This record gives sequence, structure tokens and C-alpha cells, in this order.
Amino acid sequence: MTSFFTYRFGWDYGWAWFAATLMDILLVALPLMLSVAMIIYADRKIWASMALRRGPNVVGPFGLLQSFADGLKVFLQETIIPSASNKVLFLLAPIITFTVALIVWAVVPFDARAAIADINVGLLYVLAASSLGVYGIILAGWSSNSKYPFYSAIRAAAQMVSYEVAIGFVLISIVLWTGSFNLTNIVQAQKGMGFGLINGFFINPLLFPMAVVFFISSLAETQRAPFDLTEAESELVAGYQTEYSSMSFALYWLGEYANVILMCTLNATLFWGGYLPPLDIPILYMVPGIIWLFLKMLVFFFLFSWVKATVPRYRYDQLMRLGWKIFLPLSLFWVFLVSGVLMLTRVGTECAPQDRVYSKQYLYDDGRQRYPTDGVCQTASANQTEKRS
Amino acid sequence: MIQAIAFYLFAGLVIASAALTITARNPVHAVLWLILAFFNAAGLMVLVGAEFIAMLLVIVYVGAVAVLFLFVVMMLNIDFAELRAGFAKYAAIGAVFAVGLAAEIMVAFGAWSAGKIELARRAAPTPDTLPNIEALGMLLYTRYLFVFEGAGLVLLVAMIGAIVLTHRERKGARAQNVSRQNARRPQDATRNTQPTVGKGIEL
Repeated sequence: MTSFFTYRFGWDYGWAWFAATLMDILLVALPLMLSVAMIIYADRKIWASMALRRGPNVVGPFGLLQSFADGLKVFLQETIIPSASNKVLFLLAPIITFTVALIVWAVVPFDARAAIADINVGLLYVLAASSLGVYGIILAGWSSNSKYPFYSAIRAAAQMVSYEVAIGFVLISIVLWTGSFNLTNIVQAQKGMGFGLINGFFINPLLFPMAVVFFISSLAETQRAPFDLTEAESELVAGYQTEYSSMSFALYWLGEYANVILMCTLNATLFWGGYLPPLDIPILYMVPGIIWLFLKMLVFFFLFSWVKATVPRYRYDQLMRLGWKIFLPLSLFWVFLVSGVLMLTRVGTECAPQDRVYSKQYLYDDGRQRYPTDGVCQTASANQTEKRS
Repeated sequence: MIQAIAFYLFAGLVIASAALTITARNPVHAVLWLILAFFNAAGLMVLVGAEFIAMLLVIVYVGAVAVLFLFVVMMLNIDFAELRAGFAKYAAIGAVFAVGLAAEIMVAFGAWSAGKIELARRAAPTPDTLPNIEALGMLLYTRYLFVFEGAGLVLLVAMIGAIVLTHRERKGARAQNVSRQNARRPQDATRNTQPTVGKGIEL
């Protein structure tokens, strides 16, 4: 799109890039807002049918417009700001939550090379942005100057920091396997993972446990049931949102669901093949990648809703135990396991320096030549092929 | 043009928020300004092409360290009058430190300018063909391997030290044995009885 602006309007590259990126952002953010409204409706419908209720069915056909009606209602209400609150931070907190929920979408690949920013630290960017999410909640809790939101903020801080550790290690095992932090490369590496037929890391028995850990951690990271201790209504009224009303409350709502959709997409992208079709068959590639991504995302969203409707809430000590005593050691052990397997299968063992063949070489500032560690052992690989034949 | 705008935006915000960090009255506000400073510093890192460092800055400092800072500071109950009384008392020592730090920065810059390192390297310290995660990894795990592992060891010792110092055995705490809880079945815990009227049951 940058070239469109440079050629069509003869703009300077910098400004053309700026305008093109702005359009890209709108192209992602606006449909995202719409899908948040629809996903809230879907969530309520799924939850209702699991509880043998009808769910929203009054506004519009099948109640499809329920979320928009709610949005309008919330928009027309008065914003109440508690007099003892810290006003600037009180209003800033929902804005932070909402913005942070949107910025991660910048690196999500919707199709091959179709991301707003196809950066080579994509996964780190995801980690960085998702670690910011906690600020919206902490600030809400503190600035409300009220007991229940404050408890909720303390819970949220501990919960999100704990589960990010597990998520970090899960991501490291993926990065080790792929050899790249770029999300598009990660998706491409999943092509034909299982028997050259199935796309996705989940089929790899070594990575499947990490897919499960990531799914559960993503429930905890988005504060969905059964880990919704920050807004446990039986203990904390509505948690950090207690003092919020009107649009500032709606921003939390939107941000929460944008985060849920994002986590579903990340689950699909990191372990279940992302925009690739489930099977590596040429005819399936006729369907655009974005359709496959959406289908996988919806499957994961159904799982999120299913869990919400059926699993009772964890106690706080159980939550911490799961994060620190089970997921952390497990994922840490898995990093060792994956790197060990990769050492054996890809890198190989040490060989004599004269046998090594390097792909690249560098000159350092002291004038000496140094080599990267990707030296391939020529004699060793020759031996291996002999053994195989 | 757009790079210049971005640079002055980030640089100006870093300086402004750093200044507000030390002048803010409310400690929570100070931490929040500090976070803003970290964030904009990360923006500057991205501008010079060190995206890995930028992301680490956000993940480690903004995402973890500052959260814990905020966590602690939020629960502090600070007496501002007492703080202000202390200001005059420690002003002289503070000034000495400030002068010392300023001198160090100047010396560092002087050495940086006078050194043998070529100017081109300062702008692009990594090879062009290589993303800087790979370049950094290549250096850390070959040339600086022992220093790097030494740093890891120091952190491990610090972590274990912190646990040893703060851990205390609590007598009389009723710890839960999760595997025993999970192994418990209804038939171990309940008993079906048919008490007759006016008899009750024996426990």
C-alpha cells in the first residue's frame, strides 16, 4: 500500500508509509471492534445454551444486535467518577486496557506476509504488549480508592506476572524449534509438521503438552473463567471494575474480549497452523488463509466459552500453585527437552574445527575472523548419510 | 522527516518523564512516569535498529520490574512532611552523588569519542545481513560466553539468597496436601445411614 501512495500521489516515502500504515491499522481495528461485538453475543449464546437458557434473542434477528444495543445503552449513561478517586488515572486505566488489547494485533499474520508489521521480533512484541495489560487493572484498582478494586488489582498483578513466566517458556520452546521470532516464519515452520500432511505444531508429540499449557495459561492471562479471580463476583463485587460506569466500563468490556480473541488467535497461530489449512493438501490452499485463521480462532473461542460455562472458579492458592508449581517446572523442563532433541537432530555433536563448514563468516573489530556457531560438520554428516543408506 | 519527528517525540518524552519521575510528589505517579520513560526509551532503541533490546526493555522493566515496583509503592503509606524534612539534611550528599554521576557520564562519552571504534560501527553495530537477535546471540554465546554465564550465576545466587533470607517456616500452619485432596473419594468421606425416628446416628 506504501507504493500506492508514492506512485499515485507522488508522496515522500516516509509519509506514504505513514498513511499506508494508518490505513492498515484501521483495516484491522475496525473489523476487530465489530467482531468483539459479535463475539460477546456468541459468548452469551454459548453460555446460555450450556445452561439450557435461550440467551439474548430480543434485539434484532436471533438477538444479533444485542451487543450494539448494550453499547448504545452504556454510551448514553452518565460517567460516574468517585470523588475520592485519582481522576486522571481513573480515566486513564480503561484507556490503557483497551489500547493494549489492540496493539498486539499489529504483528498477527492474517495470511502469508499479511501482517501490519511483519517484524523479526514479533513474538517478543506479543510478550511485551501482553505484559502491559496488567497496568490497566492495577491502575484501576489503585485509583478507585476503594477496597474491592484494590484487592482485585493485587490479585491481577500476581496472577498475570505468574502466568507470563509459563507463557514465556512455552514460547521459547517454539522459538527453539522454529529458529525465529517472526510469527509468519513460525506459521510457515508448521507446514506439513505431521507426516507431511497435517499443518501445526500440535501434532508433534514433543510440542503438544506445550500447546495445552499455553491454552490454560492464556485463560489465566485473559482472566477468563476458571481463573477470573480478579472479578470474582462472590468475593469482590465486580473486582477492579466496581467503581466504573458508562463508557469507561464499556472500554474494559471491549478490551477484555479483544484480548480473548487475540489469545484465541495466538493459540491458533502458534500451535495449530495459523493461516495454513489444517491439512497440507494443495486444493485447501485455494481458500484464503484468513478464513482458516478465523475458523481456528472460532474453535478456540468456543473452547474458551465452554470452559467458562462448565468449570468452577479456582481458589487463589490453587491458581498460584498451578502457575508456579506445575506450569513453571513443566515448561522449563520442556525447554531443556526441546533444546536437547534439537541438539541431537539438527545441530549435531562437536566435531574437529577443520571439518566444519560455515554458512556465513564475520569480521570483528579486532580484525580476526570469527564464525557463527552454525558450522555444519562435513565428515559427520557424510557419515550419517552413509549410515542411513 | 518522519524519523526525525519520531526521534524528537521519544527523546522529548523520555527527558520530560524522567524529570517528572524525580519531581512527582506522589510515589505512584513517580513510578508511572518512570514506566513512561522506559517505554519511550524502548521507542528510541527501535529507532536505532536495536529492536531486541527495545523489546527486552519493555518485557523486563515495564512488564515485570515496574509492576512489582508499583505493587510495593501502592501499599506504602508515606509521610510527605517527613520526606521533605529529610531533603535539606541529605541535599549535600545528594549533590556530591549528582556531580559524580555527571562526571562519569562525561568521561564515558569522552572515551567513546576518543576510542578506536570506527564511526560507522556506532550507527550500525551489527552486520547488515543479520537480525540483531542473531547477532547478539552469536556474540553472547561465543565471545562473551563465560561472562554471560557468570552473570547468570550471579542472578541465580541473588535469587536463592532472596529466598533464603525471606523464607520462614510457619509453625502450626495447616498446609494442604493437594494429592491427598484429589485422592479423596465420596465413599471415604460420606456414609449412608438410615436412622430411625428419634434415634439419631452414631458418629
